[in-house]
Amino acid sequence: MTNAGSTRAGLGVTFCGAGIALAIVCLASLLIGAGNTGADLALATLLGQSSNEEARFVVYELRLPRMLMGLAAGAALGVAGALLQAVTRNPLAEPGLLGVSAGSGLAVAIAIALGSSATTLRISVAQLGALAGCLCVLAAARTRGVGSDPIRLVLAGAAFSGLLFALTSLLLLLDQRTADEIRFWLVGSIAGRSMDQVTAILPSMALAAVLILLVIRSLAALALGERTAVGLGHRPELVRLTVVVAVALLVGATTAVAGPIAFIGLVVPFAARALAGSDIRRALWLCLPLGPLTVIGADILSRVVVQPSELPLGVLTAMLGAPVLVAVVRANRLPSL
Amino acid sequence: MSEEHAVPAARLRTRGLHLAYGDASIIEDMNLCFPDAQVTAIVGPNGCGKSTLLAGLARLHAPRGGAVLLDGKDIHRLPTREVARRVALLPQDTQAPEGMTVSELIRFGRQPHQGWLRQWSDEDRDIVAHALAVADLQQLAQRSLDSMSGGQRQRAWIAMAIAQQTPLLLLDEPTSALDLGHQLEVFELIRRQAHTGTTVIMVVHDLASACRFADNLVAMHAGRVIAQGPPDRIITPELIRELYGVECTLLADPVTGTPILAGVRRA
Repeated sequence: MTNAGSTRAGLGVTFCGAGIALAIVCLASLLIGAGNTGADLALATLLGQSSNEEARFVVYELRLPRMLMGLAAGAALGVAGALLQAVTRNPLAEPGLLGVSAGSGLAVAIAIALGSSATTLRISVAQLGALAGCLCVLAAARTRGVGSDPIRLVLAGAAFSGLLFALTSLLLLLDQRTADEIRFWLVGSIAGRSMDQVTAILPSMALAAVLILLVIRSLAALALGERTAVGLGHRPELVRLTVVVAVALLVGATTAVAGPIAFIGLVVPFAARALAGSDIRRALWLCLPLGPLTVIGADILSRVVVQPSELPLGVLTAMLGAPVLVAVVRANRLPSL
Repeated sequence: MSEEHAVPAARLRTRGLHLAYGDASIIEDMNLCFPDAQVTAIVGPNGCGKSTLLAGLARLHAPRGGAVLLDGKDIHRLPTREVARRVALLPQDTQAPEGMTVSELIRFGRQPHQGWLRQWSDEDRDIVAHALAVADLQQLAQRSLDSMSGGQRQRAWIAMAIAQQTPLLLLDEPTSALDLGHQLEVFELIRRQAHTGTTVIMVVHDLASACRFADNLVAMHAGRVIAQGPPDRIITPELIRELYGVECTLLADPVTGTPILAGVRRA
């Protein structure tokens, strides 16, 4: 089996195709909405041919930050999923399924309950929570019998997520003010976010990118087994730790501003591997356009399926992602990583 | 040990090596050297510590005491990348991601020589092509590993180690899961590589293959080396009884002349 994406040129074509699709979806996300501003008016506003103040507000203050948020969240979650899957060697390792998002959610809920609401504080808190979640996942994945069986790891993750969500719910019961703020946030959405929130997560994403570039070669070699990686001069423990920190930075930042958006980290790397082959270096590049493509695409869907109201993005991605999860599990043989 | 007096040139040796898993000592105070440009086979019964020794030599297993010396320096104190430029390793439990092709695998062998300032070069490309040729895999370069026979796959892994261009090559039971024909393919490839001056150290389960394809045997029992030297010199019925607890008659292979075991029975 040699798929088209496994050659350098083939990957370039796939990458460009995904990039073009992403550009189209981005444009569509500025044009399509649940409100009064129709596509024609939005387009006229974008081209500077309309002086409609309301349309201007909708396009530049509502839809543009939302699209940018989708770009950031999609790239971050797609890459984080691919990284987590590479480091646990498990195609089902997804931040949402394994409790990384839930860990970050609980951390944010605690912070809100303690009276915090500053965006920047929330990001670092969410990242700490995500890091704790990641380390638990890593410990579980290294446990004999769990790591070698993808489904067991997901079960362990589900139990862990359940526990964290229960703790979060407990907080909701304790404090009514917190409950309203958290409940809204817990659904996962990129709507109603400000430009400030988008820029607030960029430093984390840049730092994560640097960390990833530092270990990407080693991470690719880890796919050949731990001993082979050592033989090639890599340091597996250091690589895993670096990757986990990068995942925590990405998932934590995204969760802090957009809430937990499930299944992006499963669906996107799954598609990226199908298109680019299993080398993590190629799959990661492809996650960059595919992640935002999925998130923004799902976000557009969330605006139109129940017009004039909107479906929360987190609900929609779960509805799209769950069948993919079932499909992966039901496949004759789980793809090994 | 017949080699005690002459000290052969050996870039890799152990000095008072002590390897243990938790409380269980596997190897104690081992002083051993692996002659340069020769094929050394480590043989012995199950659980004698031969794979542990190889793991120690490959810096996969940190010693409790003593040291593995590479060019006179403790291998655990050398930067791991620097070791990877001198020692290549083929572990027993190899695994490759689904769909990975032969040439993709072999390219990994160049990693120890690459870095931020030195990315993929023409030299790397030539070396990968050379490794493909040595392993007779040119026709299969674009095939995925999981579509190939066990012998072809193992040759691809050895080609990766060859692409690493190291003076030393460590192999842990390179033929353990292969049938006779594929075993031969792999051993012949290893011999070809040894002809170019590479020092090969391998753990081999099958004594007859070890005798045929190695220049130097290290016979281990219960964590100790009980004999070391050329196969035809050290293999005796007594040694085999000591190693495996069996009686046998030694014959010379009518074709290769190397020792083969006949009439094996329990002692």
